[in-house]
Amino acid sequence: MVDRTIENFDCGHRACGGCGASSAVRMILKGAGKNVIVVNATGCLEVFSTPYPETAWKTPWIHSLFENSSAVASGIEASLKKQGRLEKEKVLVFGGDGATVDIGTQCISGAFERGHDFTYVCYDNEAYMNTGIQRSGSTPYDADTTTSPAGVCSTGNKLPKKDFPQIIVAHGSPYVATATMAYPMDLMKKVETAMKTKGPCYIQVHTPCCTGWGYDGAKTMEIGRMAVECGLWVNYEIIDGKLTTVKKVKRVPVDDYLMAQKRFRHLFKPVRNDAEIAKIQAIADKNAEKYGIDIE
Amino acid sequence: MTMEIMEGSIAVAETVRLCRPQVISAYPITPQTHIVEGLASIVADGRLDAEYICVESEFSALSACIGASAAGSRVYSATTSQGLALMTEVVFNAAGMRLPIVMGIANRAISAPLSIWNDQQDSIMMRDSGWIQLYAEDNQEAIDMHILAYKVCEDHNILLPAFVCFDGFILSHVFEPIDIPSQELVDKFVGPFTPYQKLDVNDPISFGMYATPEYYLEFRYEHDQAVKRAAEAIKKYGKEFGEIFGRDYSELVVGYKLEDADIAIVAMGSICGTVKDAIDEMRAEGKKVGLLNLRCFRPFPSTDVAKALAHVNTIAVLDKNVSLGAKGAVAIEIKEACYGSNIPVYDYILGLGGRDVRKKDIKKIVDLAEKGEGDMFYGLREEVL
Repeated sequence: MVDRTIENFDCGHRACGGCGASSAVRMILKGAGKNVIVVNATGCLEVFSTPYPETAWKTPWIHSLFENSSAVASGIEASLKKQGRLEKEKVLVFGGDGATVDIGTQCISGAFERGHDFTYVCYDNEAYMNTGIQRSGSTPYDADTTTSPAGVCSTGNKLPKKDFPQIIVAHGSPYVATATMAYPMDLMKKVETAMKTKGPCYIQVHTPCCTGWGYDGAKTMEIGRMAVECGLWVNYEIIDGKLTTVKKVKRVPVDDYLMAQKRFRHLFKPVRNDAEIAKIQAIADKNAEKYGIDIE
Repeated sequence: MTMEIMEGSIAVAETVRLCRPQVISAYPITPQTHIVEGLASIVADGRLDAEYICVESEFSALSACIGASAAGSRVYSATTSQGLALMTEVVFNAAGMRLPIVMGIANRAISAPLSIWNDQQDSIMMRDSGWIQLYAEDNQEAIDMHILAYKVCEDHNILLPAFVCFDGFILSHVFEPIDIPSQELVDKFVGPFTPYQKLDVNDPISFGMYATPEYYLEFRYEHDQAVKRAAEAIKKYGKEFGEIFGRDYSELVVGYKLEDADIAIVAMGSICGTVKDAIDEMRAEGKKVGLLNLRCFRPFPSTDVAKALAHVNTIAVLDKNVSLGAKGAVAIEIKEACYGSNIPVYDYILGLGGRDVRKKDIKKIVDLAEKGEGDMFYGLREEVL
């Protein structure tokens, strides 16, 4: 059972009001239990939670570099194992989408291949938010970012979102899941499962970013739910390579989700871009078919 | 004392075993040495109870050492050349986090052009990273310095990582008679690892926080002070080492026939052996030449250098590295150390990428220094320029 009284991520940190990642981390640490050592990649979370000499972390925490969290976690796990501490203490990594699907991929691949006993959580806010909203491999198609700006000759990010969880599945991970901070109980339960599963586990968590996506911070939960309801984000669990649970929805068109965010506004103003919106709808349709999310 | 004939890398591996690291993390980037292979078989044979992590890059090798050290284990890795270059970001990070990691460096050249052979450009390029840098003249020193490094690095008044540098091929692949100390003596000298602080759920701390402009300067100052303090720690533990093992390391600079020398050669690493032989021959011809062997490049023992060289009238520095567009890194430091003395300091960049340096070359360099000719690449093949 998830112990919801655990508060290992304290208030007073410097995240934006309405930050999806900070809420997600608070919930994830409830799911992770009491004896967790956190490794944090460079990024928003690291910066807003630990300006020296202040820290929001009430559990052991280490930050080394942007791309090496999985390797650092490998060392911690080996060290705990050698000292006979691994039965009690668990290792949990937090990396943003840039740290995960782009710059940290090699270290992640190595750590998952080696089979260290740890859980890696990618908080996916779909761009490099800490440095000023540049696109990452996890940025969705057509999103307007500072390095994939929409303009006269461009409709924003030209590339589809990288399917990173499937790359982890291919490594033979015993537990791979996707979740969103908009469904807290589901998120906490998945973290609990991952932490209890031996071996390297992976959870990719959708964490809407009011600053980077351009919406009112009061609507973070709502935006998170809209992503699931239109099929652009799918919540599932893959255990030992097999898809075991999927969040089913009565799916709505992608339009409302897109319209609610400034990063997609160019698809609607000055004139509606039907062709591009249809392409995004096709991505949601493909997700629905692949994972069987539609309630008949 | 029992002398055994062993390859340098294997001797280092056997010595690291005696230091009882709990986690070893290594990657065999070309060019690698036999150190990590030696340690792998030592662990496989149950002669050392350690976690051995086969990482997917040198970058991860040192990153894993950071994690393991922060979690309270004694750690070891070894690398060289391109592997060290790839680690650069982690090298600076490990030092800034003040983790007592010991890493063997079998010095080799840096690409491009690709070269697997010896010079000291790799560790020299890390001179500003805040690691202690020790340089061994022979394989006995290479293994002794590994033991000494753990003692110095883990001192709670120091808390720094260290490179133990020994020349690639010239030492790493050479068989020499070596005294591998007993486990009992190494245990007595090094003792178990007692981390200053560690990742522990019973006492949560945050490691590696970021520093705003209000704090960064002070972090760097304290790091610099620690590296400077390491000089005294090396001397203190080097003396203690001598008392236990019979080989003294209480000096960061070691003179050879330097007391009455007119010309001093300054060098680091295995080249010192060649220089000593050349000096013996030159002395027989009546030339008063001596050697100053730099055992420690970081912290740089400026005062010791100035004192040791105060009486000479010419200094010839042998640099197996070059700060392109300036001089060799050692010469720059020696000039700084001797500032105000009016002793001319001539720099000779030599031996890069494995170019052999022989006694006759040392003699020619002394001739050049006597004529006031220096600050040059020595031994260029003019026909290929």
